[in-house]
Amino acid sequence: MNKLQISRRNFLRVSASAAGGLMVSIHFPSMAGAQEMGGGAEINAWLTIDPDNIVSIVTPQTEMGQGAFTAVPLMVAEELNIPWENVRHVFADANRHVNNDNLYTTTSTGGSTTVSRRHPYIMQAGASARERLRVAAANRWSVPLESVVAEQGMLTSGDMQGTYGDFAADAAEVTLETEPAIKAYGDWWLLGKEDIKRLDIPLKTNGTATYPIDVVVEGMVYAACQACPVPEGRLVSYDFDAVKDMPGVIAAVELVQTKDVPSFTDLRSGVAIVAESWYQAKNALAVMPITWDLGRGASMSNESMAAEAMQLISQPGTVLLDEEGNIGRGLDQGVNHDAVYGIIEASTNVVQGDVYHRPFETHATMMPPCAVADVKEDRCDIWTFTQDIARSLNEAADQLGRDTTNVFLHQTYLGGGFGGGYNMDVHRQAAAISAEIGRPVKVIRSREEDIAQDSQRPPVWGTFTAALGEDGLPEALVTHFVGEEKMPAFAQRGVANMPYLIPNRRHENSSIQNHIPIGFHRAPGANSTGFIVEQMVDEMAQAGGWDPLEWRLKLTEGNEPWQRVLLAMKEKSGWTTDMGDGEGMGCAVVESHGTIAGCVATVAVSRRGQLFIDKLQYFINSGYVISPLTAVEQAESSAIWEMSHAMFGGLVIRDGRVVNTNFDSYTMMRMADTPPVIEVSLEMSEDQWWGGLGEPTGPPTPPAVANAIFYATGTRVRSTPIAQATL
Amino acid sequence: MAITLNINGEDRSLDIDPQMPLLWAIREAAGLTGTKFGCGIAQCGNCTVIIDGNAVRSCNQPAATAAGKSIRTIESISENNDHPVQQAWQELTVPQCGYCQSGQIMSAVALLEKSPNPSDREIDQAMAGNICRCGTYPRIRAAIHRAAEISSS
Repeated sequence: MNKLQISRRNFLRVSASAAGGLMVSIHFPSMAGAQEMGGGAEINAWLTIDPDNIVSIVTPQTEMGQGAFTAVPLMVAEELNIPWENVRHVFADANRHVNNDNLYTTTSTGGSTTVSRRHPYIMQAGASARERLRVAAANRWSVPLESVVAEQGMLTSGDMQGTYGDFAADAAEVTLETEPAIKAYGDWWLLGKEDIKRLDIPLKTNGTATYPIDVVVEGMVYAACQACPVPEGRLVSYDFDAVKDMPGVIAAVELVQTKDVPSFTDLRSGVAIVAESWYQAKNALAVMPITWDLGRGASMSNESMAAEAMQLISQPGTVLLDEEGNIGRGLDQGVNHDAVYGIIEASTNVVQGDVYHRPFETHATMMPPCAVADVKEDRCDIWTFTQDIARSLNEAADQLGRDTTNVFLHQTYLGGGFGGGYNMDVHRQAAAISAEIGRPVKVIRSREEDIAQDSQRPPVWGTFTAALGEDGLPEALVTHFVGEEKMPAFAQRGVANMPYLIPNRRHENSSIQNHIPIGFHRAPGANSTGFIVEQMVDEMAQAGGWDPLEWRLKLTEGNEPWQRVLLAMKEKSGWTTDMGDGEGMGCAVVESHGTIAGCVATVAVSRRGQLFIDKLQYFINSGYVISPLTAVEQAESSAIWEMSHAMFGGLVIRDGRVVNTNFDSYTMMRMADTPPVIEVSLEMSEDQWWGGLGEPTGPPTPPAVANAIFYATGTRVRSTPIAQATL
Repeated sequence: MAITLNINGEDRSLDIDPQMPLLWAIREAAGLTGTKFGCGIAQCGNCTVIIDGNAVRSCNQPAATAAGKSIRTIESISENNDHPVQQAWQELTVPQCGYCQSGQIMSAVALLEKSPNPSDREIDQAMAGNICRCGTYPRIRAAIHRAAEISSS
């Protein structure tokens, strides 16, 4: 039970105000943003068809800018065979999903998987609906099923003709004996087209797209929350009396943590101020005296972590092996782990790398975490920042001790996600506060509280030693990466399974512990390790007298998907390592989320050491692509995302807390910092596999830039933010 | 107490604390939610509105300071989502998550009203106060040039 203290005067005043009618017009948020389900027949849970042949297609994934709300309807419409103009997109009903055996399989949205992993059953939903429409027409017309053609929203057989809408109600009653197979690549009429624009664009140019922060519920009040500034710390006491008479203040609610070490989405110990307006709640919270038990992390800093990491990296670590005893995905067949040190000791041509480092980074989604909860006796309605509506619904029910059948979590657009929407307790905060005060409440996290409490991308350190053979290529390589114990994968991705054919490799790992919560962060592992691995490669190539792009081509011989990307980089980028003084090109290639992404960066460094990134060129192979326009947009987006961290980011941790908690101190890329030329070339192997496209251009970007800086200046940048490096 | 703000050409009497930041007066009291909150310290530009022709961050200035001035929000720039900037934004599919775009569009509208055919340098300067975490900057830049073209044709 959460503890409540009420400012009686203001509580009564707001109650009276609510009874007398609100100042603002009420809109029901579930109606805004996406279209409501049409009035037509539901053929299956994924779609309805109106009598006028408008098809409403459900998207169970969240739309946070990556294009899911277009991709899912595209895949269904491909199989259904309906003109794209007839398609409307609608939010999935999370309550229906959760209480019907996960009707839509999953509502989780991350890891660039909506198309790459989920297309089989999403396309199946469209194919199944199309076949049932054909059966319905065959039955009504009494013609053989084989004679009925379903195309572009029309059913025809000989002279007979009707729209899908004419047969939708009948089709809803049809049970198929066998489900049709989904189409193969090459049979597509809609997927892969160049000119398909996202369905949510118009809503996002006039301010009508609804985000959780825009939701208004009748009688709603506002809350600002604070958890311990040192994560894992606990609330000891607070003095509500000191602020209860401040303007608008209604109540303080203690947020009670029930677990010793909360998971990402458990409610964390803290306190909320509820007020008539959000800024009043925030102002009162800022001055309310609060005492914290700071917990185990209170003396931790970037410096203390670095000291621990440097200590670990100077000693042998644990050898990284997969379940089959290989170093990763079977790419290391024949690789000899144990002989590596002996070969290096005997070698006369050893390359000893220095230590590379990437610091903590935060999500800083443009919409700060926010949730609205309206908890009544018989039902609870929630709107929240989440990348998994079902999980958040279940958690809200858990927080309230309610049955999920009475909890309704309404999907909205998200103002960015980037993994941050998996690691939130803001819906629990809103549910707990609303239950306590008996009124609907909107919780908005201040930017400072957002960055202080976020589940951050953890730091990584890495180094290597290599022995080169007579041909200048590596005979043996040992790497040692240090990551965070809670998610060691973030320091391992792309290391052991690097595609380069080096005969003797050994990959070691160590972990540090800390109290900062960590989580998914738009390719957290590949971004950190890619920076290190792809500069390490350049160091080896340079020491061996190899052009770095030729080195990569040579050591991926026979690997068609990689060769396709590398050859495109060589042939289409104007590649050269011989530019003028102070200018350089650099390359890097990283595979992540099933997609191989290469980057060629062209930079200039002035005599005063000022860096200009003139051009970033991308060459991407994800196997298939269903929406080239979205693919290119996501490539631009994830590139700038990671370039922003590499140039300007980096959290400063001091006394166990994040110090740079707003955009004046956690800086990011702006218009003027954006390279003038960003080009994206899709180099698809086709007909082989489905890679994800929301993230893969991030990882090769900083190492390509750093490699280019090396060719321009001779200086190797081994840590970020690059803006702080002396060039 | 009530203060009167002229928002989108209409005088609105709002029962608020005059110290309430203009952003929250617009969002909570006037009920116009197209203008967004991002940082509270005028660093990200999500809250950009146009006051007397200038792009202004509304999150950290008291509502009272805008009394007697013309305040324009995203809701006002066209009836049918067809202002040249909106047309260009749609044509070049600028928005991704979309959250910062009201602010971006208001900065662009203010820029084009003063400089109908801006250079890249002018665009960089005028848009310097707006952060986009999705990194739509290249498309924003192209769309501002395109909006200038649409306006002059």
